[in-house]
Formats: sequence, C-alpha cells, structure tokens
Amino acid sequence: MNLFTDGFTEAIELLLKGDDSVYSAIFATLSVSSLALLISLIIGLPLGFILGYYSFRGKVILRTIVDTLLALPTVVIGLILYTVLSKNGVFGEFDLLFTLKAIVIGQVILSLPIIIALTAAQVESVDKRLYTSLKGLGAKPIQILNATLIEARFGIMTAAITAYGRIITEIGISMMVGGNIKYHTRTVTTAIALETGKGEFVTGLALGLVLFCLALMVNIALSVLKRKWAQ
Amino acid sequence: MKKIMIKSALCITLLLSINANAKESLMMATTTSTDNTGLLDYLAPKFEKDTGITLKWLATGTGKALKMGKNCDVDILFVHAPTSEKEFVAKAYGQNRQEVMYNDFILLGPKNDFAKIKGLNVRSALKTIKEKEAKFFSRGDNSGTNKKEKSLWKKALKKLPESQKWYMQTGQGMLSTINMASQMNGYTMSDRGTWIKYMSQHENNNTMKVVLEGYPSLVNQYSVISINAKKCANAKEELAKKFTTWINTSKIQRYIADFRLLGQALFIPNANK
Repeated sequence: MNLFTDGFTEAIELLLKGDDSVYSAIFATLSVSSLALLISLIIGLPLGFILGYYSFRGKVILRTIVDTLLALPTVVIGLILYTVLSKNGVFGEFDLLFTLKAIVIGQVILSLPIIIALTAAQVESVDKRLYTSLKGLGAKPIQILNATLIEARFGIMTAAITAYGRIITEIGISMMVGGNIKYHTRTVTTAIALETGKGEFVTGLALGLVLFCLALMVNIALSVLKRKWAQ
Repeated sequence: MKKIMIKSALCITLLLSINANAKESLMMATTTSTDNTGLLDYLAPKFEKDTGITLKWLATGTGKALKMGKNCDVDILFVHAPTSEKEFVAKAYGQNRQEVMYNDFILLGPKNDFAKIKGLNVRSALKTIKEKEAKFFSRGDNSGTNKKEKSLWKKALKKLPESQKWYMQTGQGMLSTINMASQMNGYTMSDRGTWIKYMSQHENNNTMKVVLEGYPSLVNQYSVISINAKKCANAKEELAKKFTTWINTSKIQRYIADFRLLGQALFIPNANK
C-alpha cells in the first residue's frame, strides 16, 4: 500500500514542480497521439463508410482482414516499422527513425483498423430508410457520406475514443521507432517503462497516474461535446 | 465542414513542427549503465554548452547498440564489450575507438550469502553457484555485462549454464535484474556503477551485498566508437569526432571522476592511457 500512496503524492508533486522532462513526455504523448488520431479519422472515416455502405465482391474478406488487424500487437508494428525506416530499410532515406513522426506513423497503423471497423459497423446499423430517402432526393455519394456520418456521430465518437485509448497507452511502437530519447521522443508510456526498469517504481506509478488523468480529461471533453450535440 | 478542415490543417502544421529542431544533433546508442546511473544526463548539457550539439541517446544493451550501428541508425556508440567492439572496428563498421573510462564487474548476492561465495576466486565462485544450484540472474540480453558474464561461465564450466533451472535470464536492464535477484534471493553480476545506483535507491531496504570483487578479469572498460561513413553515408562523422575529442579532454575526464553517488565514484576515467 505504501508504494501506491507514495505514487499518488509523487504524481501530484511531479505535476506541480513543473518537471521539464515530465512535461516534455506529456507533450510528446498528447501531440503524437492526437495527430495520429486525426490522420486515422481523415483516412478511416471514408474507408469505413465505403466498407459499411456499399456491397461489393470480396467485402466479407476485407471485413475479416480489417477485424483481424484490430489484434495487431504494437511490438510487431514497431518491429516492422523499424525494419522499414532503418537507414538500411526501404524508407531509410527519409530520416524518420527515432523521431516523433515515426511514432505517429505507427500509431496511425494501429488506430486505422479500429476507426474503419467501428465506422463500418456504425454505418451498417444506420436506418436503411435514410439511404433510400436520400437517394430519392438525388443526393450525391459525398452528401450521403456526410449525412451518414452525422447520423452515426455518437458511434463514430466511440470509435475515436476507443482508438485514442489504444494509441495513448501504446508502448511497443513508441519504444521501437521512437527510441525513448529524453526530451525528444520520450512519451509517458516509455518513461514509465524506463522508470520501472530503473527500479523507480514510485515515479513509474506517478507517471501512470498522469497518463490516466490525460485520458480522463480527453473523455470529459468528449462527453461535454456529446451533450452539446445531443441538444 | 470548411471550418473544421481549416482547423485540422492548422493542427497538422502545428503538430508537424513539433520536432523541427534547428540545432545539430548527434545520435548515440549506448548501454543501460551510462543512462541508468545518470552519467549521460550529467554530461549531455555540458556537451551542448561546449559545442552547441544536442546529444540524443538510445539506452539499450551493448549488443543491440552495435546492431544499430551496423544498421546506420546512429552516429556514435558508447559501449563496454571490448572484444565485440574490436571486431566491429575490424569489419570497418566503426572507427576511432577510444577508451574513455572503466569500472569493474562485481558478483552480488543476498546478505547471508547462503552459497558461501565470499572469499572464493571467480572460477570457484561460479562453480559453487552451479553445484549448490543457487539462483543466478543473468541479463540474457547480449549486453556488455551479459557478454562478460557468459565468457566467465565458459571459463569456469567450459559451457554456458543455459536452460538450467537455477540460471535465470531476465532479458532486462541491470537495475531490474539486481532487483529481481534481490526479490528472489539469488546472485547476479553487475557493473559497479549500476550497483552504487541501486544502493542509493535502496538505502533502507537493501538485501544484497558484494560477494566477489577485485579480480583483473572483472575490469569493465567503456569506449566510444564513431560509425564509419564509408559504411554509412549518413553518419555524422564530424560531430562524432567532436564528441570523442571532447570526452577525452582532461576537463571532461575530471567531470567523469567527479560523478559520484553515496560519495563513491561510479566510473574511473582512463582516456589516452
């Protein structure tokens, strides 16, 4: 119990003290995960819509692949990305390895299947009469996409929250392609792994609480937004 | 919708600028001990102040650090496995290998030393651990410490105690491994720097002590190696050279000697000797 309560006090101390390395890790985590989520939404929403709305040959197979990708372990994504981004890899010339950008790419790969799969499921569950009436009114596909996304907005929000939860707590990718470089690519999760490895359990625990608070704030913000939309 | 698009575009540009870093930076792969002890945290700001170069380091085992060097993903190595290092330079992956500092390896065990290791020499100590089947915690990660430990086992037993039930390979860093040995009442081998760091963390609840030390075969030499631009066109040879020269100056060598915990020196500088 002692360790745990110490973790609480240190978490508060860490935040109040304005420790540079802690804030740099928080900033890295927030910016990387937010950017990754944004990119995943931009790519994933239309793809999820196509997958849920249209019927075409091989749709079932595609659905199965996307659903399987949901189970992709982060270390595997990290490992594959490392071999590709390494100076000896195919994309080595872009100098992406051990940068925050590399983590963003990995997190997009991680969250894209979540967005696509959950959006597709949402689109499928939207009342089919919406589509028939929209088509009857002569709506273009892009307008149908818009209307559907608005209709399914709560479900899509859930998809976004789920994806955000997965990428903000992810460690395999950040460690492999970020490299856990202090003040540069150290995120809250890699910092926790490092502190635990150093035997600084209290600091690790404190950082864990910090991460939890971040997730809490994001979710509070979203639920406020949800209520606004519902009115 | 348009508003959202503009906002998103703004967000992206803002976020993409996060790691636009105008300063020159040197990428180093190093062992866990230089990082865990805080030595690099102590040296990096001084290096940046003296040369304007930002030092970025990846702390892993020496084995992985050498691999990263071969893959051209770093510019310089700060490692401690002389045999592998010399091979690395001989194969022209690295150049300008300079010895920087040393400390020594020690055998740690529970305070009651139930296997009665204290007083034995290296060879009989390891033999005794095997005979009594005392739990031994190995890094098992091909780090410099692990390489050293394996070479000692080979000398003592003619082969590695691989897959023995008392021989535990943790696959983790030195501090975690000492911690595991302490929790499970076993023996382990550590570099002195990390051991002093461990003692400073566990002043009130330390269950471990040094059971073997002071043999010439236990010297732990740290060196820096620049990555050869002939093998890796992108390697920042100039910056790596600056670091090597810098860390070998008498001023920085003195800083290393002054780096202490609990009043004890963690590393002893020995550049140009």
